[in-house]
Amino acid sequence: MDYLDLSAALAGAERFLHHVEQESGVHVSECYQCGKCSAGCPVAFAMDYTPRQVIRLLQLGMREEVLNCRTIWLCASCQTCYTRCPRAVDLPRLMEAVRIEAKRAGIVPEKHINLFNDLFLKSVAKNGRVHEMGLILQYNLLSMQPLKDAFKAPKLFLDGKISPIPHKIKNQAAVQRIFERSMAHGGESR
Amino acid sequence: MKYAYYPGCSLESTGIEYNISAKLVAKHLGVEMVEIDDWNCCGASAAHLTNHMLALALPARNLAIAEQQGLDVAVPCAACFNRMKHTETAVRESSATRADVCHVIEMDYRATNTTYNLLDVLVNKVGSEVIAAKVVKPLTGLKVACYYGCLLVRPPKVTQFDDPENPMTMDRLVKALGGTPVQWAYKVECCGAGHSTTKPSVAFPMLQAIYQNAQAAGADCLATACPLCFLNLDMRQAEVKSGQGGSYNLPVFYFTQLMGISMGYAPKELGMAKHFVNPMALLDAKDVLRHPTTRREEA
Repeated sequence: MDYLDLSAALAGAERFLHHVEQESGVHVSECYQCGKCSAGCPVAFAMDYTPRQVIRLLQLGMREEVLNCRTIWLCASCQTCYTRCPRAVDLPRLMEAVRIEAKRAGIVPEKHINLFNDLFLKSVAKNGRVHEMGLILQYNLLSMQPLKDAFKAPKLFLDGKISPIPHKIKNQAAVQRIFERSMAHGGESR
Repeated sequence: MKYAYYPGCSLESTGIEYNISAKLVAKHLGVEMVEIDDWNCCGASAAHLTNHMLALALPARNLAIAEQQGLDVAVPCAACFNRMKHTETAVRESSATRADVCHVIEMDYRATNTTYNLLDVLVNKVGSEVIAAKVVKPLTGLKVACYYGCLLVRPPKVTQFDDPENPMTMDRLVKALGGTPVQWAYKVECCGAGHSTTKPSVAFPMLQAIYQNAQAAGADCLATACPLCFLNLDMRQAEVKSGQGGSYNLPVFYFTQLMGISMGYAPKELGMAKHFVNPMALLDAKDVLRHPTTRREEA
């Protein structure tokens, strides 16, 4: 069995922890590990660490483990944990902040989820609105599953639910500037 | 009653029947909905996973346009509603955040207007009695599992709507329409959201649990107030096998479609031909499409 020097781990992760807490507005020390979050989490069955364990990893300063976990990618932001938490810990927000950090560090264990997310925002930046058909086509091609859900396409198309032509807004420039300024801002809340 | 209407991207695409039925029913009830001019995507599930300022600013541009017109906002999509409420709350709580958001959107936005979800508007603001008075074809005998999902009710601090564990607004609506809302345990469980596309192995068991629970509670169908919940519940139903290896056959409706039916509109006018799970056999079996006086006698 491996031993872990917790004092050293905590000291080494201080800057990372501070950053994540600032970004999310959550103080990880507020969690007293009751586990209500994990009990109610609808995705816990598919996670490598339960939501409670993710917070515990953060409390212990285990930066690598938390940045590499799949849980932060699988969280569906359903808000059940936050709603039920007796300490009002905004766990979904914490997951988001860690996920953004993981991505910055180039750690993306769930490639498809990440790809879909990026393509979604690209579509918004380009058109001002999401172009659902374009998004799905691009996603299928880039995730190498070109025929995924293909048999549903004819019905969706005939019903007028998907269109090859995106809805573009008039003031696309305004939305593009929102993207540029938000990225320049860095995204931290204050 | 007048609101700025924010349909959101899905209602122009995969959620088109929600848009059609929402507009029809709102007009029928005398609720004026003015579409926000040149609205943009709210960023929904993607922006907040990438950049928090982007997640606040994308909805803010729409809210600012509505604020200029002095209008509260009615939002049919649960995800858009949730993002709008997040922005509204953040801007009201912090003047620093407000300054940042205004800088990013290059517009003034003070959050003096309020965002409501369409269910709240059409049921609570209009009132069940007013709705009941408009019912010409009551949904007699139709057992409905009212499915609220996540983002209409959670987190309650942000959504400011109904009970986060056992919401009843849609249940009250179904009752007012003459139908029977069933009591069930999965009304606020997550449908898997985007995982149905990116991670079906995670989303499908979540959907299955919802179908199974609705069926066990005796429901004939599901009602939703979210285009993504609807898409998942309707389009994925054939792929999600039940425990016994068979498949489910639970028609899914937008609550606005149920309202439309009971107010005398034809299923086609409400976009019901566009569903993957055909609801016509159920509506026929319950004989709800005819005026109550000409309905088949119960055998």
